[in-house]
Amino acid sequence: MCDTCGCNITSGNRHLLQPAGKLEKTADGKSAVTVLQSLLSENDHQAMHNRQHFDKHGVLAINLMSSPGSGKTALLEATIDALADRYRIAVIEGDLETENDAERIRARGVTAIQIATGSACHLDAHMVHDALHQLNLADYDLIFIENVGNLVCPASFDLGHHHNITLLSVTEGDDKPAKYPVMFRAADLMLLTKTDLLAVLDDFDPQKAEQCLRQLANPAPMLSLSATRQQGLEAWFDWLDDAITSHRGRLEQGETVVPKIQSDGARWHAGEPAHP
Amino acid sequence: MHELSICQSMLSQIEAVARDNRASAVHRVKVQIGPLSGVEPQLLQQAFPIAVAGSIARDAILDIELLPIRIECQQCGGESEATANKLICGHCGHWQTRLLSGDEMLLASLELDRATNKKTATC
Repeated sequence: MCDTCGCNITSGNRHLLQPAGKLEKTADGKSAVTVLQSLLSENDHQAMHNRQHFDKHGVLAINLMSSPGSGKTALLEATIDALADRYRIAVIEGDLETENDAERIRARGVTAIQIATGSACHLDAHMVHDALHQLNLADYDLIFIENVGNLVCPASFDLGHHHNITLLSVTEGDDKPAKYPVMFRAADLMLLTKTDLLAVLDDFDPQKAEQCLRQLANPAPMLSLSATRQQGLEAWFDWLDDAITSHRGRLEQGETVVPKIQSDGARWHAGEPAHP
Repeated sequence: MHELSICQSMLSQIEAVARDNRASAVHRVKVQIGPLSGVEPQLLQQAFPIAVAGSIARDAILDIELLPIRIECQQCGGESEATANKLICGHCGHWQTRLLSGDEMLLASLELDRATNKKTATC
């Protein structure tokens, strides 16, 4: 985000900026100062800085978001087992408490940094930056950030990653995208997980889940898989291969990509130098 | 419930603007929030006094302007209003639309007392 070039100006607030706009002076003579800056501009600057770190070392960073228990860690375990000889992988884990998930990842022979947020319901760019200090980015191709299990808050914070992946397990209900539009609108890919359970569920319709996603004007692909039963994983691995190849191509052109939730303003400025 | 951390981030921006304008107090803080920002206006209103306690904005009023969701259809080109979980074109019903406004989370303006405006006492 930036407050100098007008990229924060939208059709919703443009009227405030016009000459002699209503914000110039208040009725009782107090000075009015127009700011028009994202409430999260500090976070966004840190996120841009994190992204530059990733890009400098050719790392693709992926943010995994979902409800607690939808299978993020199981997906990572299956992914590491299949791809660890192809890519150098590290994981940043976000949870309120415990190192449980990080220990599961380390058991697969991969570095995992645990961020215990205490009571915070999301990761932010500053927390991820602290975690990055514990990783030598030159040693990795792919970094997963497993966000705190929560379908609300994580969607509002850019961490400096490149893609958002939102998991929806089939035990949660096929109308979740309609109920949590901010989260599902942010998804660059929606993974329908635990699909082996569809056989015993009579109230989850994958087509309806996809329809709810489309109603958010989101064209993101939806892939179905079961990490524990090893079903549908190939399509997910193909998506990852494509994402890594595309990212390397972009970096060669001096470009990067920001996750979907960011406004166009942030996208235009993705290549600007680090904030002082 | 991430509104408190958003308020804390907003406070550091408020303090920076107040410093730049040599303000002695902040009276009013205006923000613009869209339904797709992930911020709940009521919770922001409740978190605000906690975040600004003891700061230059401690007595400030938080004014929240709610912005509508507006979309532009990529098929028919029409503009329409939409709801948060149904961003489909109001004219032709197509789902491939672009958000024009509705995800804003902006610090719009501040009302300040400027220290330089104050008359110095003469004797």
